[in-house]
Amino acid sequence: MSDSPVQTSATVLTVRGVQDYHAMTLVAPAVAERFRPGQFVALAVGGDHSSRLIRRCFGVYEVKPDYGGTVEVVFADTEPGTAWLAGRRSRDKLDVLGPLGRPFRLPRDPVTCLLVGGGPGGAALFALADTLRRRGCHVHFVLGGTTGRHVFGSRMAQRIGDSATVTTEDGSTGERGTVREILPRVVAETGADVVYACGPTPLLRAVTRVAAEFGLPSQVSVQEFLGRTGACGIGACMTCVLPVQGEDGVTRMVRACADGPVLRGDRVRWGDLGTIPFDALGAPRAAALPDGGAR
Amino acid sequence: MSDRLRTVLGPLDLSAPLLTAAGCGGSGRELAQFFELSKLGAFVTPSVTLRPRAGRPTPRVAEAPSALLTAMGLPGPGIEGFLDRDLPWLAEQDVPVVVSLAGDSAEEFGELAARLRGAPGVAAIEVNVACPNVEDRGRMFSRHPRSAASVVRAARAGAAPGTPVLAKLAPDAADLANVALACVDAGADGLTLINTVEGMAIDTTTLRPTLTGVSGGLSGPAIRPIALRCVYQVHAALPDVPIVGVGGVTSGLDALEFLLAGASAVAVGTTLFHDPGAVPRILRELEEALAARRLGRVADAVGLAHKPAGYVPPLAGIDVPPPAAPAEPELKETLP
Repeated sequence: MSDSPVQTSATVLTVRGVQDYHAMTLVAPAVAERFRPGQFVALAVGGDHSSRLIRRCFGVYEVKPDYGGTVEVVFADTEPGTAWLAGRRSRDKLDVLGPLGRPFRLPRDPVTCLLVGGGPGGAALFALADTLRRRGCHVHFVLGGTTGRHVFGSRMAQRIGDSATVTTEDGSTGERGTVREILPRVVAETGADVVYACGPTPLLRAVTRVAAEFGLPSQVSVQEFLGRTGACGIGACMTCVLPVQGEDGVTRMVRACADGPVLRGDRVRWGDLGTIPFDALGAPRAAALPDGGAR
Repeated sequence: MSDRLRTVLGPLDLSAPLLTAAGCGGSGRELAQFFELSKLGAFVTPSVTLRPRAGRPTPRVAEAPSALLTAMGLPGPGIEGFLDRDLPWLAEQDVPVVVSLAGDSAEEFGELAARLRGAPGVAAIEVNVACPNVEDRGRMFSRHPRSAASVVRAARAGAAPGTPVLAKLAPDAADLANVALACVDAGADGLTLINTVEGMAIDTTTLRPTLTGVSGGLSGPAIRPIALRCVYQVHAALPDVPIVGVGGVTSGLDALEFLLAGASAVAVGTTLFHDPGAVPRILRELEEALAARRLGRVADAVGLAHKPAGYVPPLAGIDVPPPAAPAEPELKETLP
């Protein structure tokens, strides 16, 4: 089995509404057989001769062996490209690239894992949960959102997780509050050894902070950031960059798609997202230091 | 690849008339996941700068109708990182490598070209003349014949004598043919036309410019007519100067348009972001399109649009098999 992604014409099996989101299942055997949890697919929108050239990147919710191999993604309809996708019907064809990016790193031993999700991005955690459980890990979920309609997969989490805690800001589902507020308690109660997260950037930042407070490693997927900033999904266009500190202490602008989307939470400079930190490799000010040249 | 697709670009003999546009093929490794780079006539690298550059903050890209608007800020590892990590890999890929160079001043271009002397696998240098000139309040070098010539001359002087130098120009110039002529006089062996067209987008939610760079470069099919006009004009003025046509090529017929306008080769850019496997398809379509029009080789098509109607190119010396499909050339709907 090759690690290399493929470009393939996939057939739409189903598109259905799930709460405020859309779940689309595609028949794409070559993608399904290569997929590892945390990886994503990049879909072309608008059909042949489309005027919309940015690929829409989504984490994969689930792969199944049906029809030779299916891939299911969950997305919100937020702009004309995702609206076009939501309007696809069975047997429509889509140009798909995948699986792309680096997957979640898995623990060697059967440990206790806490999976934290928010919004449609949380969907990517379910394929991970499946793999972790098959390796004998305990899997606990924390799912959050502003209202109940924004929490994806709470029922599934309750079914497959050892525990599932749901929190909404308006209290319409689960506990009232934010993930940041309840996370320390859940970490303590579950005795988590590692924390995984996928969702909006503020959530990932909060998860990273709590994990650090407990001295736990955090693996976070910046899928949502990639969806907002990326264009190609394969690492060529350099548009989806964010500041990440390397093992050598040097901050580099790395690609959310090809160097991520899964990153070590403690390596990401969350407060500097959307900027070039002055001490990043190749930052304008740093470049001017050696010879004092104007830049 | 058949002989029909061979093309000559000044001193360069290319197996196919299709290149990547600078900055659109990544380091090469990303694209190589989707097709063999050896199918390309040449791989053009992202513009290499003297020092590592982080580029601009995000958002760097916005979607525009049939186009992308980008303000990247020339991110890259710098010449040292490029020579250490990217070029050695490319040199092993069985594809000629054209190294794009970007600098703040003419001296930087000269220094960069000199650093490439003796480096493995460098088939040619492409001078990104559309860089902002720091000594002229950030105005693009390619805006004016004199500043454009200064960077080309510096790169020519710095480069190894046998290394061809291409000058890549932006369309935003008062008289593009004049800028092109100045570059050729300064030692350019060929021209790459065109770089992106300056544009902008405003986010109607934040009520501010979408890109952190405020304005950005427009690329993709939306600029193809502009690029085609530039190639046609410059070829009319300088018929002996080889041209690489760039701008929104998505199909074999798009590529043929550029050849007919006067380009000897075509580069594909933004399309690679949307369709990374496009290169083999475009080449196949182009080969079929040439055969359907009884054009035996690329050179027979180059500049043909400038010839009077009914002009038949001299026989190419290689056999032209009759087209497999009905002789009717399938013309694009948008063409008369």
